[in-house]
Amino acid sequence: MSEAILSALGALFEGARFLFSQGGPNLVMIAVACLMFWLAIAKDVEPLLLLPIAFGCLLVNLPLSEVMHADGVLRTLYDFGIGNELFPLLIFVGIGSMTDFSPLLANPRLLLFGAAGQLGIFITLLLALALGFSKEEAVSVAAIGACDGPTVIYVSNMFAGMERIPTAMVGALAVAAYSYMALVPVIQPPIMRLLTTRKEREVKMASPRGKVSKAALIAFPIVVTAITGIVAPKGLPLMGMIMLGNFMKVTGVVPRLASAAENEIANIATLFLGLAIGGTMAGPQFLTRETLMVFGLGLIAITIDTAGGILLGKLWYLLSGGKVNPLVGAAGISAYPMAARLVQTEGQRWNKHNYLLMHAMAANTGGQIGSVMAAAIMLSLLKGLGII
Amino acid sequence: MNNTVFGLTMLIVGMGGTLGTLFLITLIIRALCLFFPVRPGAGEETK
Repeated sequence: MSEAILSALGALFEGARFLFSQGGPNLVMIAVACLMFWLAIAKDVEPLLLLPIAFGCLLVNLPLSEVMHADGVLRTLYDFGIGNELFPLLIFVGIGSMTDFSPLLANPRLLLFGAAGQLGIFITLLLALALGFSKEEAVSVAAIGACDGPTVIYVSNMFAGMERIPTAMVGALAVAAYSYMALVPVIQPPIMRLLTTRKEREVKMASPRGKVSKAALIAFPIVVTAITGIVAPKGLPLMGMIMLGNFMKVTGVVPRLASAAENEIANIATLFLGLAIGGTMAGPQFLTRETLMVFGLGLIAITIDTAGGILLGKLWYLLSGGKVNPLVGAAGISAYPMAARLVQTEGQRWNKHNYLLMHAMAANTGGQIGSVMAAAIMLSLLKGLGII
Repeated sequence: MNNTVFGLTMLIVGMGGTLGTLFLITLIIRALCLFFPVRPGAGEETK
């Protein structure tokens, strides 16, 4: 009898024994989860995503956890919506429904900032290859430069499904992407000030042209979807879903569907995606030199994105005879609407009468389209080169 | 294909393709706005 009680008690302490004998990496990851909790709760850093990711990370790193074993709850979520790229696409429907493309349609040339804001993707790809990452790993790391969490997860998970990159890398990439998106207000201002003169920052831009017609707003998502399908069919699911969400919103005939996409669908997909991604962050697989390099390269990618946009802005400033404020170029990334608001704040810091918001919103929505287009083109190029 | 050739191909074709495609979309938006013009005078609400 006493032996049975002792062995039963021993079973209760098995987890603690594991933690203190071989659970070092798990302890580190539990600390990382706590850090993410703090960032999400106390600092309001992307709480929608960081909170479930951190909880998933905690669940998978508790000793002897079976949440990522076959039929475990996080494994089931992973297989259900990450393994087949469903959750990122559902989030994209919500993002499309939340996005207003009318500033871009009123000033379409600002879409080009959305292309310049993707320079970081391709430069980081070169750097990652030089550091010894495989082609698929390098493309996944470079995708952080899209400043777009769902895009990063979509691209990297496609390679994880083909067993070309480790599954744990998907978690590292997702956390890096969302962390840097949240840190845009910290990362961008020094680059803006470094690359522009005071005179350039003070430039007042003419007010937007007026109100865009509903017909143009309805035609826009169809046109962008069709062009993506023709130019980069491998990325059609990404662009198609974002444009579907927007199409439902601008037509105005399916308000319930648009509202569901923006709220219920996006919220549920975000929760499940966050938990499942957190589940990939098991200590022994996550704590590698590659993870540190992913975070370093992610920072470089976003820095180059910002610089690319501003440098195009400076060129435009020169060509237009000083009518374009180069700060607007910094909004050509996908962090919407944070990057646009940042440009407005920074512009007003140097000229109190400056209203750059609508120009920056146009560049920012251009950045959203640009980031998805860049990812779509990368995937199609990989297919064309016979790599996937 | 070695990594250098791959990286440079992606840089040139990828960045060029992104820029070119977005430029094409810009042209199409301009064409759209010819058919469905932006209404002047309603810009205040966008401030």
